[in-house]
Amino acid sequence: MDNHPRDERAKEAETSEGVPAPEGPANLIDTDYVIGQDNLATDKLGFNIDLHGKVFTISALVTVFFVVLTLALQAEVEPLFNALRDWLTGNLSWFFLLAGNIFVLLCLVLIASPLGKVRIGGMNATPDFSYTGWFSMLFAAGMGIGLMFYGVSEPMSHFSAALGGTTVEDGVRTDWAPLGAAADDPSAAATLGMAATIYHWGLHPWAIYAIVALALAIFSFNKGLPLTMRSVFYPVLGERVWGWPGHIIDILAVFATLFGLATSLGIGASQASAGLSHLFGLPEGDATMVLLILGITAVAIVSIMAGVDKGVRRLSEINMGLAVLLLLFVILVGPTLMIVTGFFQNLGAYVVNLPALSNPFGREDANFSQGWTAFYWAWWISWSPFVGMFIARVSRGRSVREFLIAVLLVPSLVSVLWMTAFGGTAIDQLTGAGFEGVRDAALELQLFVMLGELPLTAITSFVGIVLVVVFFITSSDSGSLVIDTITAGGKVDAPKPQRVFWAIIEGVIAIALLLGGGLVALQAMAVSTGLPFTLVLLVGCYSIIKGLMSEPRG
Amino acid sequence: MYRKIMVPIDLAHLEVIEPSLQAVADLARHYQAEVCYVGVTSTAPGSVARTPEEYHRKLEEFAQRRAAVHGQPVSAHTISSADPIADLDDLLIDAIKDVGADLVVMPTHPPKHLDVIIPSHGGKIATHTDVSVFLVRPERS
Repeated sequence: MDNHPRDERAKEAETSEGVPAPEGPANLIDTDYVIGQDNLATDKLGFNIDLHGKVFTISALVTVFFVVLTLALQAEVEPLFNALRDWLTGNLSWFFLLAGNIFVLLCLVLIASPLGKVRIGGMNATPDFSYTGWFSMLFAAGMGIGLMFYGVSEPMSHFSAALGGTTVEDGVRTDWAPLGAAADDPSAAATLGMAATIYHWGLHPWAIYAIVALALAIFSFNKGLPLTMRSVFYPVLGERVWGWPGHIIDILAVFATLFGLATSLGIGASQASAGLSHLFGLPEGDATMVLLILGITAVAIVSIMAGVDKGVRRLSEINMGLAVLLLLFVILVGPTLMIVTGFFQNLGAYVVNLPALSNPFGREDANFSQGWTAFYWAWWISWSPFVGMFIARVSRGRSVREFLIAVLLVPSLVSVLWMTAFGGTAIDQLTGAGFEGVRDAALELQLFVMLGELPLTAITSFVGIVLVVVFFITSSDSGSLVIDTITAGGKVDAPKPQRVFWAIIEGVIAIALLLGGGLVALQAMAVSTGLPFTLVLLVGCYSIIKGLMSEPRG
Repeated sequence: MYRKIMVPIDLAHLEVIEPSLQAVADLARHYQAEVCYVGVTSTAPGSVARTPEEYHRKLEEFAQRRAAVHGQPVSAHTISSADPIADLDDLLIDAIKDVGADLVVMPTHPPKHLDVIIPSHGGKIATHTDVSVFLVRPERS
């Protein structure tokens, strides 16, 4: 904008329109590849389309194939997919745990190192979104929905398992308690249970997202490569990423995102429907769930039509506001003192137990480290292309250090507080008042049973359901944007009908699997993509270091 | 009557805007007006340019080429957005004020049923600004 005086450009950057002044030195990768060169573009259908022929077609066909397969051969396929998942988490748990530790360590090193000064989008790039909007979107895309369901149930599970102590049959531990358990010591069991939960929701998952997001952001905004997974492989594969190796990486990313989202949407709808029935006595059944999915999809479509700033950001902020209100309510109305002191205690317990919990080798608590931790890691990693790409897209203009603090440290602390408030209150209800309702309730109802013991139940439970639904909308809309960008060869400005198409497909798959069965089977399939993506992430670590080394540091 | 004409430009689809450029040239000469070419680009790398700076350079070059055709003063204004396809209309409406234009000339397609769901950019801009908007439709074959 050479014809603009300098201060006017600065002013323009501050307006709320998400319009940064484009500027600043960065180190572009020299390639002849033109973004969108392999795309098919036509307006023959009454509206424009612009998509990557191979990635789009194969992703679509593979998707249809797997949906039909699971619907038609459910009885045969389900044990197969489940066995695949169990084999992966059972035999390769050390690999997932080790990789997770590498991601956390790399992030922490980068925060402290001079490489943290590199700015995403060039040295003088300015952020596209305010801190509130940015952070809300990170959180809503990353784990919002999980916190709603596991916030109460996971601490409770670990607490109960730890309290039960260890049981050994034929020299193998059969209990699900973390580490050495804490038999008959409620206070120690609570601390261990919280530490184990926080381990699953703290630094490790966010480091997984941060690695993918950072790698994509650097190779897109600083190196000028398209915003798709394949760009992360440029330092390793060179120009070959524009050919089949790249196509396969992108197709895998679409696959993981689509099935991760669709299965979550389906499972989430059944949970939300259980909540509605518990609260208002609505009939629990297929009709309610299908209506929920239709509603979620419809709002998601409105949101992506409105765009990242006016749709996704606004919804995420509304959701964040509601979540903060619910959190404050539980803290103030629940056992306030216990939560405040518990926050520091649990944080301490997390730090103390972290080395043992994250140790990949020679674990005695196989059920816990494989069934919980390795499963979680595979699940987070299979979500990472989607969450990582979305985080990358909204993080231009942040320095690497700022980015990692906001994507790794702050959300981890929020998770500690959230788990302490929700899980801690439920455990306190059990150990303090002897209320066994939460422990004995179905998994999806535990949050509502816990809220039922606090005042204003009708209001807070309703807010809880709204949060669940809106968190799904914010996952669905950002997921559709990500799939659309990957299948459009990295173009973020592909025609609008395409993003609507993907949102609808997600809803359709969710409904088909919900009615026809097979949600759990496909979820197992989606988790299995965690293995190839762990390799992708390890390459991402190498690429991040290589990419950052060649950037100017402010 | 008009002093500054704003012309939204899509550098990726120049063939679409070709007919409107002729109208812009004629109007600019007739009113002795300055022409401001406005481009909206994504902050992420795209097909036209890999950075917003590169996009702006290309838009400047384009503006200079047009100046050689119609002989009126030109300027180039680049707006970058995280989601240009969704923000386009609002960004252009704001740009009218920012660049101080009193006339907007842009191409549009003939009305069609899909407009109900996805309205045309030209139509949306015309209903949200107080300056005159000249929508150029493709010639009837």
